[in-house]
Amino acid sequence: MDKFFSQMTEIFATPKYLGEFLDGIWETAYSTVVSTAVAFLLGLVLAVLLVVGDKDGVRPLPTPIMKTLNIVINILRSVPFLILMLFVLPLSKLLVGTRIGTVASIPPLIVAAAPFIARLVETSLRETDRGVIEAAQAMGCSPFQIVWKVMLPECRPALISCFTTAFITILGYGAMAGAIGGGGLGKTAINYGYNKYNYAVMLVATVLIVILVQIAQSIGGYLAKRADKRLR
Amino acid sequence: MIKLEHVSKTFSGQSEVHAVRDVSLEVAPGEIFGIIGYSGAGKSTLVRCINLLERPTEGTVTVDGVELTALAPRQLRAQRKKIAMIFQQFNLLMQRTCLDNVCFPLEIAGAKKEAARRRGMELLELVELGDKAGAYPVQLSGGQKQRVAIARALASDPKVLLCDEATSALDPQSTRAILRLIQKINRETGITVVIITHEMAVVEEICQRVAILDSGSLVETGRVEDIFSNPQTDAGRRLVYPDGVALEELPAANVVRVAFDGGSAYQPLVASLAIDCGVKVNILGADTRNIDGKAFGTMLLGLPQDPAEAARALAYLRGQPNVTVEEARDYHG
Repeated sequence: MDKFFSQMTEIFATPKYLGEFLDGIWETAYSTVVSTAVAFLLGLVLAVLLVVGDKDGVRPLPTPIMKTLNIVINILRSVPFLILMLFVLPLSKLLVGTRIGTVASIPPLIVAAAPFIARLVETSLRETDRGVIEAAQAMGCSPFQIVWKVMLPECRPALISCFTTAFITILGYGAMAGAIGGGGLGKTAINYGYNKYNYAVMLVATVLIVILVQIAQSIGGYLAKRADKRLR
Repeated sequence: MIKLEHVSKTFSGQSEVHAVRDVSLEVAPGEIFGIIGYSGAGKSTLVRCINLLERPTEGTVTVDGVELTALAPRQLRAQRKKIAMIFQQFNLLMQRTCLDNVCFPLEIAGAKKEAARRRGMELLELVELGDKAGAYPVQLSGGQKQRVAIARALASDPKVLLCDEATSALDPQSTRAILRLIQKINRETGITVVIITHEMAVVEEICQRVAILDSGSLVETGRVEDIFSNPQTDAGRRLVYPDGVALEELPAANVVRVAFDGGSAYQPLVASLAIDCGVKVNILGADTRNIDGKAFGTMLLGLPQDPAEAARALAYLRGQPNVTVEEARDYHG
């Protein structure tokens, strides 16, 4: 216990640790924001395909295509993140030239999160009022207009919530990525904390991650609520 | 304006459902046409066959001279802009303001934003909701939402307005107001209106002709006053006289059915019968309605047991204008 307290004091006394934590926060924030943005776009496109191409959708697609899409998404979702990351790291090497560091962890995060986001967004899009879609069809809307002008705008609050959930999930994945060469607070916790028996560092890094999650959730919740015109 | 020929719609699934069976009907331009039936009779499916939200399994649909059933998706979408529709649940875009809802069809058609907003405001003024332009649907009452839906429906200058149970979610007062509005728009623009409803009151309020739908089949079509004063089918009678008459409560003999078929006003028939020929009759049941200021409906009268008095009453009744009398044997048939 005494050791823990002396470690704690050391953290706040030495600029080296402070810089380490600030770097960790920056790397985590950076990789999470970039990964979430790209993964959300991919997931959104997949979700729209899943909903629109369904046999009851506004533009049914051939069954084999839909089946394949579903199976691929299910497989990607069922592989544990750490293992998926190991599989995808060669892709990182190809795309960004390295397997180590913050940037290298972005492609695996995207590949892991996109299918998850696709399912999340799919659920929201399916909840678009059937009647409203029918009204749009009756007005002569094309399938693209229904997606772009009806489904997505009507689901805006739910989509913001999905984005928030995705952001937080990716933040968690990113921390895990720290264990196998990724950057960020996860790396700080593992390299400077766990591996060096410095539990104070581990604790501080964890608390910082928790604070980031809280901030993301608060902002997301606020934006979703503000966007919802049904709550007036 | 609208012509359905041998339209059938069968939903295949675990068991086949014949929602619409071999329906043929024609709606004239500028007419307000009612389609009435109990829930499950296939009304909603039938009206969706008019704009092909449901594609009929058999038969052809022609609107404004264009056979919709023969069109490719893109052409069909262009034709649908001429066929507006309003719904029981209003189906407004909840995340858009009233004005943006009204502008929606114009936006879809690629209109300029300024022009669309001007037209949208005009339409909101028409439905007397100009002050709600910036409000969101959630802030409106049911009647107001339906007004916005009507304004939105009119935005694309349609030739046909389909109303699918448009007043069924509204209270009686809002129902009346909405029907008045539809009537006014029909008179001013000559738009053809098809009204789907399960409420007889709605049909009698504004329709000129009505079709009765029963288990997917069209069982009766005609002028509203004809069908009201003298429904020919069981389904028709059940709709016109929803409460029916308990048969066993009626005397077995000497019952006549008196039908009012549009005399200029109600006459105090029973009273004048008593005064003019001194015969007292029992009113066993009556269902009369005021349609456009004329009396329609029927009355069941129990005549006196005395044959001479009964004959006198019968003769008197038969002598009245705008009234037909028949002996109501079938009430115990």
